[in-house]
Amino acid sequence: MDWSDSPEQAEFRKEVRDFIQKELPQAYRSGEDGGEGFEGGWQADRKSEDPKRRETAMQWADALSKKGWIAPAWPKEYGGAGLTTIEQFIYNQEMAEVAAPMPGGMGVSMIGPTMIVHGTDEQKAEHLPKILSGEVAWAQGYSEPGAGSDLASLQTRAVRDGDEYVVNGQKIWTSGGHQADWLFALVRTDPEAPKHRGISFLVMDIKSPGLSLRPLINMGWKHHFNETFFEDVRVPVKNRIGEENRGWYVGMTLLDFERSGIAGAISYKRSLDQVKKFLDSNEGKQFRRQDFDAVRLEMADRAIETQILFNFAFRIVSIQNRGLVPNYEASVNKMYGAELHQRLSRTETKAWGLYGNVWDPKSKYAPMKAEHVQDYVGSVPHTIFSGSNEIQRNVIATRGLGLPRG
Amino acid sequence: MDLGLSEQQELLKNAAREFLENECPETHVREMEEDDKGYSPVLWQKMAEQGWQGLLIPEEHGGAGFDFLDLCVLLEEFGRALVPGPFMSTVLGGAVPLMEIGSDAQKAEFLPKIASGDLIFSLALTEPSARFDEAGIECQASVSGSDVTFNGTKLFVPDANVADYLIVAGKSGSGTTLGIVATDQPGVKVTQLQTIARDKQCEVVLDGAKGQLLGADGKGWDALKPVIEKYTTAECAYLVGLAQMDFEIAVDYAKERVQFGRPIGSFQAIQHKCADMVTDVDGSRFIMYKAAWSIASGQPAADTTLAVNMAKAWCSEATRRVVAHGQQIHGGIGFTKDYKIQLFFRRQKRAEIAFGDSDFHREAVAQQLGL
Repeated sequence: MDWSDSPEQAEFRKEVRDFIQKELPQAYRSGEDGGEGFEGGWQADRKSEDPKRRETAMQWADALSKKGWIAPAWPKEYGGAGLTTIEQFIYNQEMAEVAAPMPGGMGVSMIGPTMIVHGTDEQKAEHLPKILSGEVAWAQGYSEPGAGSDLASLQTRAVRDGDEYVVNGQKIWTSGGHQADWLFALVRTDPEAPKHRGISFLVMDIKSPGLSLRPLINMGWKHHFNETFFEDVRVPVKNRIGEENRGWYVGMTLLDFERSGIAGAISYKRSLDQVKKFLDSNEGKQFRRQDFDAVRLEMADRAIETQILFNFAFRIVSIQNRGLVPNYEASVNKMYGAELHQRLSRTETKAWGLYGNVWDPKSKYAPMKAEHVQDYVGSVPHTIFSGSNEIQRNVIATRGLGLPRG
Repeated sequence: MDLGLSEQQELLKNAAREFLENECPETHVREMEEDDKGYSPVLWQKMAEQGWQGLLIPEEHGGAGFDFLDLCVLLEEFGRALVPGPFMSTVLGGAVPLMEIGSDAQKAEFLPKIASGDLIFSLALTEPSARFDEAGIECQASVSGSDVTFNGTKLFVPDANVADYLIVAGKSGSGTTLGIVATDQPGVKVTQLQTIARDKQCEVVLDGAKGQLLGADGKGWDALKPVIEKYTTAECAYLVGLAQMDFEIAVDYAKERVQFGRPIGSFQAIQHKCADMVTDVDGSRFIMYKAAWSIASGQPAADTTLAVNMAKAWCSEATRRVVAHGQQIHGGIGFTKDYKIQLFFRRQKRAEIAFGDSDFHREAVAQQLGL
């Protein structure tokens, strides 16, 4: 066991650090103008009305692109960097340490890899370069109002009509759909087949006639999600990825990406460090509650739990680096990380006592720009999305521990 | 960066598991609960033949010269098998302090005999004050040259009933002072306590007990710091193995126990407990090994101290959650003396509070983080 870098790992880490030092735009650097980027992340910056945000986003994407680091995990032949899982881990770690916004989004993390495995040459040639250049952003259409944890029960229907599918139905929780250009979706092509075997995987222009988006404002008053409606949306058959009715399995494809979730652990550690620093500052002392002792020990607990999450992340990458595929371990990370996120924001909000009410980041009564109370609300869905924590526990128990399915 | 075991550690682990499954079955654990000595001299010798008492001891003193992380791999197996007896007392409470601060003569005198299984040691640290800090030590130490005489009461001393020597912490005019005290003298009076784990913790009354000075007069607390850090981490390793086994027994039971016409392990109420158990066990394992690695690889002292405090703060609570779930999953049968799961529950409590529970170590973490 070794928590330190091998010489090769240390060398690669230095390469990433040097790159960040040289190329990360000023506005994306902590403590500088804009702090940790702008609200909404890179995807929002690239379409921002503020020219400075747009320029910053493109400057950063260009620098990464020149280095081949927009899609560090993709194979080199498709324009990726072909990094090993441990190199990806170091890359993700260092980017997270400086809270660098990551271009690429779902294009790099999901649809690109899926196309690399299942796409035709034509599909790859059309879409992959535009993902790498940041020209096209992607959104995901999986969940439906009636298909959440039981995703395979999805009902959005695609009926073949010559060289096209005609799609009707509704998707929900379409993250960033309003900032995206293309959508990848799971649709039902055979309603008679067993539920996992009647699904196909389609990609479509989000501007397609009949496709409409409606903002779904979340409880933090933010527009992140959308509802997506399909009314006779015509999608060329050549936009199907993989075989008809094999879409469920296409959608489940996993590439050799590092899946440690290290960025979460790093952001929680940074958050605790920043709270500690602020509490010690003259400004912070005004906000520190008088009866701080209980919160103080809670913060120590959160620091310990963050170490637990770090170790879980290290474990995943260790498994992958040995050429093995994590089993229940990835579910443990998701579950534990999401619950820790909620505990952490609760503890941090508590530290401010009554000031934990203040939501307006610009208020003089907002400690640390009200980020903790916003996170307290913003972390609510973390135990729900990407497989709820209940589903994760089911997976751990059945797939990991071999307990009989209910 | 790698959180897997090395090939050598895998070998050690597998050999230990096989050996202990044969030599230390549940029947032996139960027998030793009722035994006055609390250990089997025959098994003790067999363990010495495996090289375990001397695992950490350098080859020049008859040991195997493995590192501290390797020892934690072995101790995980000890926790799994609930090995009774004075192994940790002798290795962590005897060999380790001797290796850290013993004179060359003391090392040559004692270490080979520890490695060969001929001597049992224990650390007499705590007192009726029940504190883990230097202020808790009130036992009087009078130093005269290389000799030291102790007067006072040490409490919760593990395995003092069978120890040949105790490493005693006392207070002289210069501060905390350590001595190596033979137990076969009239000035040492040992009384066993009956404890939750039915281990052999003792009251040791020292009435003019004589011994040789270990380390420098008044410098005992500094010398003990790395010893206590290792002992604390070792307790975590034992807890990890104990919790792992408790969890495995519970999962197996959930697969077999049928109610409402199906195994109870098919109910999500049970499944989710099991998922939380494996999370706590795995979390304990890695935070323990982080501390062990920190010690073994000589990371900066402040980092190591923080890693140890974090490990014990976490393992104490997480393994308690595991054994509580273990009991709940078993239902009524788990509450009986005859069924094995309770052996783990009772022993968890001993290790949870040894060298400080979560409250103690959480406070230490808060201090080190500057909170």
